[in-house]
Amino acid sequence: MRTLIRGGRVIDPASGRDEVADVAIANGRIQAIGDAPGDFGADRVIDADGLVVCPGLVDMHVHLREPGQEWKEDIESGSRAAAAGGVTSVACMANTRPVNDRRSVTEQIKSTAQRVGLSRVHPIGAITRDLAGETLTEMHELAGAGCVAFSDDGRPVPDAGIMRRALEYAATFDYLLILHEEEGALSAGGAMNEGAHATRMGLPGIPNASEDVMIARDVILAELTGGRIHIAHVATSGGVELIRQAQARGLPVTGEAAPHHLFLTDTDVGAFDSHAKMAPPLRSPEDRAAVRAAVADGTLTAIATDHAPHEADAKSEAFACCANGVTGLETLLGLTLRLVDEEVLDLPSALARVTNGPAEVLGLEAGRLGVGEVADVCLFDPETEWTVEPERMYSRSVNTPFAGWRLRGRVTHTLVGGRLAYPFGDAE
Amino acid sequence: MNAPASPAAADALPRHFLGLEDVSAATINRILEEATRFRHLVEQPDKKTDTLKGRTVINLFFESSTRTRTSFELAGKRLSADVININASASATQKGETWMDTVRTLEAMTPDALVIRHAESGAPHLAAGALTSHCSVINAGDGAHEHPTQALLDILTIQLHKGPIQGLRVAIVGDTAHSRVARSQIHALHTMGADEVRLIGPKTLIPAAAEEALGVRVFHDADAGLEGVDVIIMLRMQMERIRGAAVPSQREYFRLYGLDRRRVGRAADDVLVMHPGPMNRGVEIASEVADGPYSVILPQVTNGLAIRMAVLKLLAGGESA
Repeated sequence: MRTLIRGGRVIDPASGRDEVADVAIANGRIQAIGDAPGDFGADRVIDADGLVVCPGLVDMHVHLREPGQEWKEDIESGSRAAAAGGVTSVACMANTRPVNDRRSVTEQIKSTAQRVGLSRVHPIGAITRDLAGETLTEMHELAGAGCVAFSDDGRPVPDAGIMRRALEYAATFDYLLILHEEEGALSAGGAMNEGAHATRMGLPGIPNASEDVMIARDVILAELTGGRIHIAHVATSGGVELIRQAQARGLPVTGEAAPHHLFLTDTDVGAFDSHAKMAPPLRSPEDRAAVRAAVADGTLTAIATDHAPHEADAKSEAFACCANGVTGLETLLGLTLRLVDEEVLDLPSALARVTNGPAEVLGLEAGRLGVGEVADVCLFDPETEWTVEPERMYSRSVNTPFAGWRLRGRVTHTLVGGRLAYPFGDAE
Repeated sequence: MNAPASPAAADALPRHFLGLEDVSAATINRILEEATRFRHLVEQPDKKTDTLKGRTVINLFFESSTRTRTSFELAGKRLSADVININASASATQKGETWMDTVRTLEAMTPDALVIRHAESGAPHLAAGALTSHCSVINAGDGAHEHPTQALLDILTIQLHKGPIQGLRVAIVGDTAHSRVARSQIHALHTMGADEVRLIGPKTLIPAAAEEALGVRVFHDADAGLEGVDVIIMLRMQMERIRGAAVPSQREYFRLYGLDRRRVGRAADDVLVMHPGPMNRGVEIASEVADGPYSVILPQVTNGLAIRMAVLKLLAGGESA
């Protein structure tokens, strides 16, 4: 299949390209940008007049729930959600059931994703067996099976000694550890950000210190061991500052922001709205501003959704008891573009945070739109406004706090390796 | 904006009674007036009325409670309602049913009011949102959030002894961080025009950002905090909080924050001393004060019955919106 994308505004943050051009795709790779070769006989032509053509989005923090909790999401429904959101690469977290702490689980995820074929799925292996924080996983074996990084996401490694060994071992092979930073004793029993709103609601609070203490610990341990760390879903101003200082000292520390932390604050919990319950919790306006500033200045090079699907029942308990997390794959692009509207970032920089930024952290061959690169491409209409309607989403769960939001920028086409992944129904 | 259909509708209470944060002074006064009438009734030999004859009230307690449950039960019975008590710890929830399914199942039995006590903040709100019938939800205490009828019985008690709340200075002493009663009290006191509400306790027992969140003044020195106040509301020191390192010992807590005769002397000459019970004598309050001339701890219990009768009448009796 040879595809010609004609006349779109081609933006490739990695190379700085931003021009109206044609993109010629053959054999799953980009053959030309600009004028297609004279002998290029396209099987399919996509008229991209008025559209932005950018690298397929890379979401480095996703929970696909398969194996084990397929009623919340499975690899097929998650892949559909990704494709509909313009996301061509997802890195999926290890807290499946069983945990992705053994080769067989990694291989199962990879083979199912390949069969579905709508998105490139990159498993993240567990740091410790069964996420118990006690025994290291066979990282080398897991990497050999396809894991691109390691994380006990949702379950921070509580023991500093184990964390040290995990970092040392990972550093032996230059593997990346992705860290959910939360000090268990400081978060114990907490349901939302500690502050005035929690006090009014009578909900137990989680102080910023819970996140900051662990980031500080792990930055120090990264320095001790030479390990590479990536801080997941940074939500506090203190956390941002710690990462900034670590980077200034030349340490291999990166970080990501989640859309909900870029747009919402703890008052969005309102009167016990469980869609606003997540870990780490929504923080103060000052924290939100700090996270935005860090995304803008490049301290945080990735925006990642922490896509965490839950069925309605899991969100129907009393606030403190209900599940943490929001879905995100289908709102990632719209919310990222909203940062442009709100003048946090210019358009190429915003797209960098969801393309080459996360791809470079994970070391993926993705997130770039250059000749010879894989043809993972997202096309969107930057002017079309749409409303977030949970009932029209492809994810099996629709626990989103953004329902009803008006967003600008609608995905029109998603190509994975030159094949049309969205709209669905391509007969290839 | 639509005009109310009738004067009665304008005066109607909200359908559910979940908390006092957004309840107007007019609504509180309506409940207090009704409670005052019932207060006289409960002193009569024949204490029953036919007010809720044919109506059904279900007390659904997902957390153990003796005095609140008994108070609601007696209030319903004195209004001639059919009252069912369900202790959820011994119910279907132990068979795996979710508590929301329990709520919906009970709703299907067509009660007029569900009185809900739950250990989690917001649980009665969730129930109220899920109900589809005319049934009203009354919050009998949710987590550390609100306990509105307890707060109103305190307001009634203060008014009966001191007149209007307007201009009074009130100190709440103890574990406000985990107290649902304190939050409801603070909202009601502000709505009714109290001059100042003070929270007194160590930092471990005062909620985060209390001054901003609740509009109170915080004192860590009990003697300074009690200076000149008109009402002292003591809160029960929960022993598990002591074990949980919120305070090092009962002995030190009583020395720093316990209410004894000397400390009462810092307050106004006609100070009222209140306590929602059950009391820990010698931990937060000395017997000489609990049983002393300023104490209205037992009248609070009587007033609680009147308040719950008033709330049940106004909601289960069909006068809510």
